[in-house]
Amino acid sequence: MEHSPFSVSDIRAQFPALRQKVYGKQLIYFDNGATSQKPQVVLDTLAQYYALENANIHRGVHYLSQQATSAYEAARRTIQKYIGANGPEEIIFTKGTTDSINLVAFSFGERLKPGDEILISAMEHHSNIVPWQLLCERKGCVLRVIPISKKGELDLAAFEQMLSERTKLLALTHISNTLGTINPVKELIAKAHQVGAKVLLDGAQSIQHLSIDVKDLNCDFYTFSGHKVFGPTGIGILYGKEALLDTMPPYQGGGDMISKVTFERSTYNTLPLKFEAGTPHIAGAIGLGSAISFLQSIDMQAAAAHELELTKYAQGILDTFEGLNIIGEAKNKTSVVSFTIDQMHPFDIGTLLDKQGIAVRTGHHCTQPLMDFYQIPGTVRASFAFYNTKEEIDTFVAALERSMQILGA
Amino acid sequence: MTIQEKQQEIIDEFAIYDDWMDKYEYIIELGKSVPTLAPELKTQDRIIEGCQSNVWLATEIKDGKMQFSADSDAIITKGIIGLLIQVLNNESPETVLKSDLFFIAQIGLAEHLSPTRANGLLSMVKRMKTEALQSLAQ
Repeated sequence: MEHSPFSVSDIRAQFPALRQKVYGKQLIYFDNGATSQKPQVVLDTLAQYYALENANIHRGVHYLSQQATSAYEAARRTIQKYIGANGPEEIIFTKGTTDSINLVAFSFGERLKPGDEILISAMEHHSNIVPWQLLCERKGCVLRVIPISKKGELDLAAFEQMLSERTKLLALTHISNTLGTINPVKELIAKAHQVGAKVLLDGAQSIQHLSIDVKDLNCDFYTFSGHKVFGPTGIGILYGKEALLDTMPPYQGGGDMISKVTFERSTYNTLPLKFEAGTPHIAGAIGLGSAISFLQSIDMQAAAAHELELTKYAQGILDTFEGLNIIGEAKNKTSVVSFTIDQMHPFDIGTLLDKQGIAVRTGHHCTQPLMDFYQIPGTVRASFAFYNTKEEIDTFVAALERSMQILGA
Repeated sequence: MTIQEKQQEIIDEFAIYDDWMDKYEYIIELGKSVPTLAPELKTQDRIIEGCQSNVWLATEIKDGKMQFSADSDAIITKGIIGLLIQVLNNESPETVLKSDLFFIAQIGLAEHLSPTRANGLLSMVKRMKTEALQSLAQ
C-alpha cells in the first residue's frame, strides 16, 4: 500500500474536532480509548451517503438501492482486506465490539455443554466478561480467569495450567483498555488451539494501534468497534473463520438473514448475511469502510512508533511525580497511561483537567474486577491516538501539576 | 434568610470568579471545610453510589427543621454538597421538598447535577427530598 510519510500535523489537519477550544482553551483530546475523533473524509462519506445514496440495500431493483448495496458491500471488502480475512463471508457487520461478543456468546455458545470452560483474563472489559457469565448461566459452563501480575501482564504459566480438553473458548483482550498491556496473543492462540479451544480476540483497543492480520494471528474470532477506529458509532465488526461461522446458528431472526420463510420453517441466508438480521446500519458500515481506507493512507508502523513514543514520554514524566502511581507497567504496552494519585480522587483530577481543556477518562473504565485487583476505586487514564503530540503531553503535565497543587493545598 | 436569599448569596459570591479554575478552587476549599461524616455514620443505608464518586447522607429533624450532613470521597463533590447543605439546612421538610435549587445552574455547576455525571449528587438531592417527604408523611 502506498502512503505518504507519517506527519502528525498533516493528520491533525484532517480532524475538525481537534481544532476547537473548550472553556476558552485549546482542546487536548486524550480520551481515545473511549472513542476516537473522526477525519473529514469519514464525515464527508456519511453526508454524501445520506444526501445522495440513501436507500435500503440487498432488495431494491432501483438505482439508488443498487448504489447503496454496492457501497455497503465495498466497505465490507475494504475491511476484509485490511485485516487479512479470506473473504467477505468472514466479515459480519454488528453494532460494535459488545454486539460482536454477544453474537458469539449466543451463537457459538449454543454448542457448549455443562462443565465446558471459557477462559478470560483478569484485565477484561465488562463487555468481555458479562456475555460469558450469561452464557455460563444458560449452559452450566464454567468461567475461569487467567490471573495477571501487578505490572499488568498475564500469568502465562497459570494460563497453561488452566488449559485442558474442557477449555472450549479463550476470550481475550488484545490490548487492555485500562492498562495498555499488549497481550502476546499469537502465542496464547497457538496454545489454546492445541487443546482444541477456539479463540476470540477483543480488538476494541488494538485495531487503531496495530496492523492486524487475522490469518497470521490465527484467531477464530476478532471483534472491534467502528467508533474507536475513526469511524462512526453504532457499527462494528465480527470477523470469524468461515468454516466456523458456517456451523453456527443465526443469532437474531428477521429480514435479510433468511433464504425462504414459511410458517412451518425458515431457511437461512448464506454468510455473512445469515448474521445480519434487519436493515443494518448502512451509513455506519460505509463510514467505517471510509475510516479503514483512511488508515490505509497512513503508514501504520510509523503511527504505532509515534504512539509508543508518546506513551513512554508521558509515563516517563509522570513516574517522577511524588505520590503518583502508574497502573499498568507491562513491558509491552501502548497508548494508555493510567494512574492514581495518593489522597486525590480521580474524579477531582478529571474535573480540573477538563476545565483546563484536557479530556481524560476517570473511573473504573468498565473493568471493575481489575480495579478490585489493584484495590483502587478508579484511575485517571490518558489514552493517545496517532494525532496526539508531545507538546500536548507537556500541556497536560502542567495542567496536572496545577490540579494537584489546588487539591493538595 | 429565606431559601431564595441563601441561594442568591451563593450566586453573588460566585459572581467574582470569571475563571473556571478559581471557581473550582473555591469549591475545593469549601469541600475541605465541610466536616467529615463520622465513620459510624458511613453505613450502607446512607451511601449513594455514583459511577465516579460516592456520597453519604445523614438526615435528622430538630424542632421541625431538617439537618443534613453529608460526605463524599471526591472533594469537588463534597464542596458542592457543602453548598447544598448551606441552602437546605434548617429548612422545614415542606420547604426542602418544594425547593427549586436554581443556584446550581446559575453558578455554572449544572453539569454536576445532570443524570449523566454519575457522581451521586443528583441522587443525593432526590434522597434529601424523599426524606423530607417521609417526615411529612409521618
